[in-house]
Amino acid sequence: MNSLLRGHVLPASLILLALMAAPLFLSMYGVIVLTEILTMSLFALSFNLLFGYTGLLSFGQAGFFGAGSYFAVLTLIHGPDSLWAAMAAAFIGSAVLAVVIGWFCVRLDEIYFAILTLGFGMMLFTIAHNWRSVTGGSDGLGNFTLPELNLFGWGVNLFNPINFYFLVLLITALGALLLFRVVNSPFGLLLRGTRENSLRVSFVGANVRAVRLFAFILAGALAGLAGALFAFFNRIASPEMLHWSFSGKAVLMTILGGSGVYLGPAVGAAIFFVLEHVITAYTTNWMIFLGGILVVLVLAFPKGVLGSLLGLLTRRWKGPKP
Amino acid sequence: MTEQILLEVQEVSRSFGKFQALSNVSLKIQPGQLCALIGPNGAGKTTFYNVVSGRYRPTSGRVFFEGRDITRAPAHRLVGMGLLRSFQITNIFPALTVLENVLVPLVVHHGSSFSCLGAIEKRRNLAEEAEQILSRVGLTGQSHRVVSTLAYGDKRLIEIAIVLARRPRLVLLDEPTAGMNPEETDRMIRLIKDLSERSDTTFFITEHDMKVVFSVAEKIFVLNQGGLLAEGSPEEIRANPHVKRAYLGGSLDAAGL
Repeated sequence: MNSLLRGHVLPASLILLALMAAPLFLSMYGVIVLTEILTMSLFALSFNLLFGYTGLLSFGQAGFFGAGSYFAVLTLIHGPDSLWAAMAAAFIGSAVLAVVIGWFCVRLDEIYFAILTLGFGMMLFTIAHNWRSVTGGSDGLGNFTLPELNLFGWGVNLFNPINFYFLVLLITALGALLLFRVVNSPFGLLLRGTRENSLRVSFVGANVRAVRLFAFILAGALAGLAGALFAFFNRIASPEMLHWSFSGKAVLMTILGGSGVYLGPAVGAAIFFVLEHVITAYTTNWMIFLGGILVVLVLAFPKGVLGSLLGLLTRRWKGPKP
Repeated sequence: MTEQILLEVQEVSRSFGKFQALSNVSLKIQPGQLCALIGPNGAGKTTFYNVVSGRYRPTSGRVFFEGRDITRAPAHRLVGMGLLRSFQITNIFPALTVLENVLVPLVVHHGSSFSCLGAIEKRRNLAEEAEQILSRVGLTGQSHRVVSTLAYGDKRLIEIAIVLARRPRLVLLDEPTAGMNPEETDRMIRLIKDLSERSDTTFFITEHDMKVVFSVAEKIFVLNQGGLLAEGSPEEIRANPHVKRAYLGGSLDAAGL
């Protein structure tokens, strides 16, 4: 057994077990909130492959998330009535879109990259909003019914929120596992190298653009997959999902949870949605309170909530520095 | 017998706007010959390195590496051919560990840049190779330290280790001892001499410290105001009146040479 497995298999299994057991302890409302959190976690994790690991701040990640939702719903409406096919279409379609958009974006970095992704995100939003015959315009695409999920010949009814929760858990866990393997691979090391010093990476012989493009494609594909889940969850694909403010959510959740730790974005997604649900129950001015709490959290946990807590634990463990 | 040439620069010029940073520089470097490029501040040394290493393109002129025209090749391709460089300001991966700093070039060197599923920790052979390179530059037992916590001199050695990991044919070192204290300078000089003698890597250094230059270089090129002023053995350079004048008659003598 290598140290990687020793170090991560146990916590990963515990988290997975807890998530599998969660419906036993949660109300139906709780299960639905957790479903949303898991979907957004996959979205935020995909964003953090670019932000935390590659050093690229994308303001267009919602473009792939939203495109994935349209690809999935269009497949259900016009193509095979299969959720697997819809998810595959979202994954592959977003990946192809990311090839085209990424080809332009990875030429630049820092604020220029952020602006390019923002620009492409706005273009995608406009396409979704104005191409009425295909996308349904501002109403979105909601005229579809969720088919049964074919699980090895056994049809699972997804109108039951608990069944739907397990589908989202399965896909998010697979996506998270894939990303985890990527960030710990040789390619993942090159990503971190690129984040630290892209000039040095090209002067050890790597094509920095190709490295960034590959990360961009992977992040886009997984965001698209998360978008498919989100469309199934809401029974609609709508243009707001491609709006740049939706990209901002991924940024916020990631910073909140911590971009430097693998599960930081997922923790950020959980905090964000729990706060949103709790506060909206009390007041319609929820954005003021949510904003205020977020400001406090970011100031109190400069490395994100999970990042700062883990840092604290490690220091306790190893004792104070001399 | 044909003369073996590792690097050939033919009438290279480079200007930035109206400023002519390099004008008609031509030189040849033979394999195994430790060469140095010197010149007063602003003579164009770093620009010259940037042009040769593919960071900038020359305005005119051509560059050949092992007989191949590399004038318009991007930097990462030159590295693949065996032409590496260090930078005047240490250019490493500060938030990565010492080991990871050397693993980055090794991953590229072994064609694993895009292998994205296996854990890097499982690549024992890569880690072993990295350890060997680190001990070659005299950095042992620090593999898991984050590089930003190292002493300045050690950071510069990391950059040498990064460069060596690509098994270079030619290494351009831009002021390898800049900012170092005398002991660190001494250690760096001994390392460069040793590497130059014992491996088939050729080193080409720029240096402001004349003592260093005259103690290591077999051949010296002198740049002044973007043009090549002189070239020759250390003795020839020391005796050259033009070189003395370029240095305002001062620093060559001041350095005790």
